Amino acid sequence: MKAAHPDALPIAGGTDVMVEINFDRHRPAAFLDLTRVAELSEWSPDDGMLRIGAGVTYTRLIDELGDRIPGLAMASRTVGSPQIRNRGTVGGNLGSASPAGDAHPALLASRAIVELASVGGTRRVPVHEFFVGPKRNAMRKDELIAAFLVEPAQGPQQFSKVGTRNAMVIAVCSLALAIEPERRRIGTGIGSAAPTPVTAPEAEIFIQGVLDEHRLWEKRTPVAESALERFGELVAAAARPIDDVRGTAAYRRYALSVMARRSFAWAWNEYRGAA
Amino acid sequence: MRIACTVNGRPRVAEDVWEGASLLAVLREHLGLPGSKNACEQGECGSCSVYLDGRLVCACLVLGGQAQGREVVTVEGLASKDELHPVQEAFLEAGAVQCGFCTPGFVVAAHDLLTRKPQPTDVEIREALAGNICRCTGYAKIIDAVHLAAERMAPR
Repeated sequence: MKAAHPDALPIAGGTDVMVEINFDRHRPAAFLDLTRVAELSEWSPDDGMLRIGAGVTYTRLIDELGDRIPGLAMASRTVGSPQIRNRGTVGGNLGSASPAGDAHPALLASRAIVELASVGGTRRVPVHEFFVGPKRNAMRKDELIAAFLVEPAQGPQQFSKVGTRNAMVIAVCSLALAIEPERRRIGTGIGSAAPTPVTAPEAEIFIQGVLDEHRLWEKRTPVAESALERFGELVAAAARPIDDVRGTAAYRRYALSVMARRSFAWAWNEYRGAA
Repeated sequence: MRIACTVNGRPRVAEDVWEGASLLAVLREHLGLPGSKNACEQGECGSCSVYLDGRLVCACLVLGGQAQGREVVTVEGLASKDELHPVQEAFLEAGAVQCGFCTPGFVVAAHDLLTRKPQPTDVEIREALAGNICRCTGYAKIIDAVHLAAERMAPR
């Protein structure tokens, strides 16, 4: 149907799309109601990963998968309100591709994959290649987001978000972190502080180096304060924030460095405690 | 377009609905159910809270056509024929109603909370009602009302 009606606007939970319609910012030629496609609201294990249908709501992610993907569940809990979490979906978040989308940093930190479907078949795009600009993604006009794939957490995960309230806020900035002890890898994801959601590769490499050099994976001892500071600085340096109504660029950088330092310490303490 | 769905237990049909109309517009303008209020039209205020297939949602963010064949319960569907629902009674008694505009949304959201968690804590109430805005009461009386309703609804 998407191929026959490339101008049809796909709608799932409607939490973004309906705002555009209600405010008359957008008059699509037709709608494509994705809530009628049962497969989109299913999830299942897929070759060591979890394949989660694009139409699985935040409420269901939290309730059904919170133990397996805690970072994304933490991010999901910060989405809107119960009413919004009951409707909103990660598929919709990816479709809107807002730099402030709450799911995106967690998807980046755990190296998720987006599955796109068209009449020509499906293709899988790593999430770090999916965001190509502000509210722009790598989808073609004849494609729909079918699902995303994410590994069950390999270790502690964290998500932090700065806003004026605990509920109902668009992030001023946000940060996701994933520790993968088996691979000795740290994953990061930054939200609302660049034209797209981004990772902080230099910060990842730096802290992985610190952990390896001091054999901290084996010793499970605390990471030096100076290394945490540097990690925070490198995360902040990976962002390309702007001044806008929600906050200044300088504040965003500062907040990111604090969130990075704290999130890492929380996650590392969890790793240490899990021995 | 024509939309057929179950509303408050009865099959209803809305005719000549604009394809871009929200479920809220269908309820208020086509089905004569003005209890769900129209305020922000962007899911921020919660005054249009209804149940869609048993899930609490903002009716303004549901496309009318998405309700086709589904089951909707609005604030009008909570009271029985002669009696208000205990949540509604509690809102009246606790003084949780001032101008009343936000009340239907709060009542439905509180009803949803008490269905899921019959004895919620203050924090759970605040969390559950975080998507509903009231500009009059300062929320304290609303939280009192939810506790009162929980007490009334507890099995004896």
